Formats: sequence, C-alpha cells, structure tokens
Amino acid sequence: MSAMDGPGERKDARRNAIAAAVAEAHRREWAFVLAATARVTRDLDAAEECVQDAYVAALDTWARQGVPRNPGAWLTTAARHRALDTLRRNRTLRTKLPMLIVPEQRSADAAEPDDGSDVIADDRLRLIFTCCHPALAREAQVALTLRLVCGLTTADIAKAFVVSEPTMAARVTRAKKKIAAARIAYRVPESAELPDRLDAALTVIHLLYTTGHTDPHGSGLVRPDLVDRAIALARLLRELMPDEPEAGGLLALLLITDARRATRTDANGGLQLLEKQNRSQWDAAAIAEGCALVTDAVRGSRPGRFALQAAIAAVHAEAPSYAETDWPQLLDLYDRLLEAWPSPVVALNRAVVVAMVSGPAAALEEITGLELDGRLDGYRYLPAAKADLLRRLDRRDEARLSYQAALDLSENAAERAFLAGRIAEMAQPARSER
Amino acid sequence: MAQYAILIYEAESAYADAGQEAWQQAAEAHSRFAGQVGERGGKILGGDALEPTSTATSIRSDIVTDGPFAETKEALGGFYLIEARDLDHAIEIAKLCPAPFGGVEVRPIMDTSGG
Repeated sequence: MSAMDGPGERKDARRNAIAAAVAEAHRREWAFVLAATARVTRDLDAAEECVQDAYVAALDTWARQGVPRNPGAWLTTAARHRALDTLRRNRTLRTKLPMLIVPEQRSADAAEPDDGSDVIADDRLRLIFTCCHPALAREAQVALTLRLVCGLTTADIAKAFVVSEPTMAARVTRAKKKIAAARIAYRVPESAELPDRLDAALTVIHLLYTTGHTDPHGSGLVRPDLVDRAIALARLLRELMPDEPEAGGLLALLLITDARRATRTDANGGLQLLEKQNRSQWDAAAIAEGCALVTDAVRGSRPGRFALQAAIAAVHAEAPSYAETDWPQLLDLYDRLLEAWPSPVVALNRAVVVAMVSGPAAALEEITGLELDGRLDGYRYLPAAKADLLRRLDRRDEARLSYQAALDLSENAAERAFLAGRIAEMAQPARSER
Repeated sequence: MAQYAILIYEAESAYADAGQEAWQQAAEAHSRFAGQVGERGGKILGGDALEPTSTATSIRSDIVTDGPFAETKEALGGFYLIEARDLDHAIEIAKLCPAPFGGVEVRPIMDTSGG
C-alpha cells in the first residue's frame, strides 16, 4: 500500500476484500451451510432465512475479526445458532409439518465417522435429492436446485428461465409446500431407488447446463452463469458420490462439451459447427480432466447414458481434426448409448455418425424412419440434420425446404442466422464442389 | 407416520368389457395388496371400491345433476387410506396397488389437528 493512500481508501479496500470473501463463501459454501441448517430448523424457508442472516452477520464480523480459516464452518455455526435461538424464542418457527430427517442407513461394517463434528457433509446430498425428488415437476426441481443448492435469488432464476419473478416465486413456494405437505423425506435414497433418483438429479444438472449452453430464446448462444453453476453442481455430486460412475460421467460430459465453449460461435456471435471449429482453442486442461473421468466412468459392465455421452464427446475432443475423427468408434458408442437410453434424439445423432461411416444416403434412410416415428415432431434438429444430408447429396431444393422447416422451429438468434445462411446458399445454382 | 390416500383411477369401460374374470382377478389382487402393505411396514386404515360413475349424482349450489363431477375417461373407482413413513414409502406401497386399467394417485391427508 502506498503512502498516498488515506485511511478512507484503506477502509474501502478492506471492506471490498471482506465483501469479496463473503461472496466467495456464498458461491462455495451456500449448499453446505443451508443443508446443515435445515437439519436444525426442519423447515426449508426458516433455514434459508437463518443462512441469509449468517451471511449478513459475516460481512460485519469478518470486517472486525478477519476472515475465518474455514468460512463454511463459521457460517454453519452462525446459522445454526440463529436457528436454535429462534426456536427457543418463539415456537412458531416449528411449522406444523416439520421436515422428515431420516437417519442414514449404514451397513453394519461401515464405521461411524467419529470426529466429533455434528455436521455431516452428506447433508448436501440430502438437499440435492430432496430438490430433485421425482414427485416434483421437472421445472420445480430445476428452480429449487438453483435456489437451495446454489443459493441463487428468485429474480436471477426467473431471468435464466425467461419467466416473470412472481411466476418463479410461486413455483418455488409451491414446491416447498409440497415437500412439507406430502412429507418428502430429507434423505439420500436407499440403494434400491438410488439409480433412478441419481439419474433424476443428473438430469436436472444436465438441463441446467443445456439451458445455459444454448439459450432457447435469447440472442447469445451461451449463458456462462448457468453453465458454470451446472459444472460446479456436477463436480459437487461427483465429489459426494465418488463410487457412482454416472456422476463422473456427467461431470466429464459437461467438462468436455464446455471445453469447446470459446469456439462455438465466431467473432460475430454466429454459430460455428464442430467441423469448422478451431481445435487449438479448445480448453486442453478441461478435456484432459474430462477424458480421465470417462475412462473410469465406462469401466463397469454396463456404462450409463451420461458416461457413454461423455465417451462420445471424448472421441470428438481427442480427434486431431474433424476428418480424422474415429467415426467407427463413435458409431459403436452410439449403438451402446441407444441400448442404454432408447431415445429418438440419440437415434438422430447416431444417424449423423452413420453419414460419416456409410455416407449421407444411408443416414437419410435412418432419418426418414425417425420422421415416420413422429416422436421428434417439432424438434428443430431433425429437419436441420436432414437438410444437411440433402445438401451433401446435392438435392438442393429439398435441402432448402428442410432448412426452412428447421428455421421455423428455432428461436435462437445464432441458430436462425446460420440456417438463413444455408437457405440462401441452397437458392444459388449448384457449384461443382460441395 | 403420515397418512395418505391412494386414489385408484381406472377406465370403467375396461372392467365392463373384460367381464367377470377380471373382477375376480382384481378382487384377488386387492387382497394380496392388503397383505403386502403390512409386509412393507405400512398400514391400511381404510378404503373401499366405488360403484361406477353411472350411479353418481353431483350437487353444485343446490343444483342436483346426474353423473360424476367431471367426465373423464379414467374415473375414481376406489381408494385406500394408508399410513406410511414418508412420501417415498407411500409411493412404494402405491406401486403395489392394483390398477390394471389405469393408475393411482397418492395424496397426503391434511393435518387438521391445529397447533
């Protein structure tokens, strides 16, 4: 600090540093603090209030006493004290329907953690599984996860999903009421239900990512805040459930997909296809981390859908160029994925790989089959993929119609600009090369 | 323990079409279900089958009309009142509840004890 700094400026700098430390603790520790506090209050609203108060208190106390060595533990203690105080002072905090806290079922040989701490790290898992309970609508699961696990405000969540704030507030309130009234237990699912429940939680995180990755309504192609939250959640879940291959699979999938973030749009914000992306600009560290996770995730006898999707992303990420991609290996992975997850969207993506292995005509046959199937009606990537095959077969009139059908279904500005460009291209007389 | 209603919604026409044998099978399935609930640590507090909606009478603002409150393909045909630990437990039990021509809905019973 220079001698020019007056005491006022020093104070400002200090206040800013404390505010930054609290903001960092909010981002990193919110789920931990809330999950541990909910155990005391047995009510999500009350827990949120106490945790909010603890963060406010931190601003003041940390300014006087310095940032504690373990901010999460400090905040948890502060929030739980506040909860206990309130419980003692007025009984109204106890709602008529206290949240059901079910003790973890431990196998007989598993040692109890005996470190004297009354905070169980797994409380974050309880919180995640409660937010992603299948008895809640998917949109409520997503909103609750952002609100309770990530600590986002209702206003921010509303903005991310392009709904009004009162609508989002009502959605969150309704979901919390259902958790209490229907007695959704605050616990990690038992092993018999775990695969389905974990899949639901992973699906919520994946949906957050894809919403951020391709903004369905907005003009930009990537909303970094949602994307970063989704990756942080996937990382948390992987950390909390290291033995679940699908948790590692989802983290790998998000890391590898996101490693291409910088190259998905060109300088003007236009859509850049995988084929044209500058691979030297991909995030090599993220790809390396993702690929290492994939190796673990697909090790078992029957890899799940997230692990297989990650393996597919890894093949793309590790290819030196589009032309040198290992298409036969991709086709094999898609066959396995289709078996694990018989979704028409997977079949559509598989058809794109068929085009690379056996040519566009073979792929066109598969896509025609999918059109007849009807489950992808209104899905914009079906006519887009079909148009691309027709373009490569030089059937320009049909290609133009399919591009137009895709354009009519897309609301994303970058995608629309790309499709409009293709339509203009198809209207021009055929060139010899394509 | 909490209380839940398991509401059984089924296509009434399906039973009519399927004949006496379907009724017999359903009756057996329901007595099996009663045993399974206990095995799973739950408890049946009550429940009954309802006569079909053709026998229903609706009353709204003193106006009496023939038929059910809402005309639906799958109608409420019966219910159980059960006791379960939590929603997951109630769902586990409800999954065993026979409803070959439709499905079931789980609803928590409102706590009206006050306080």
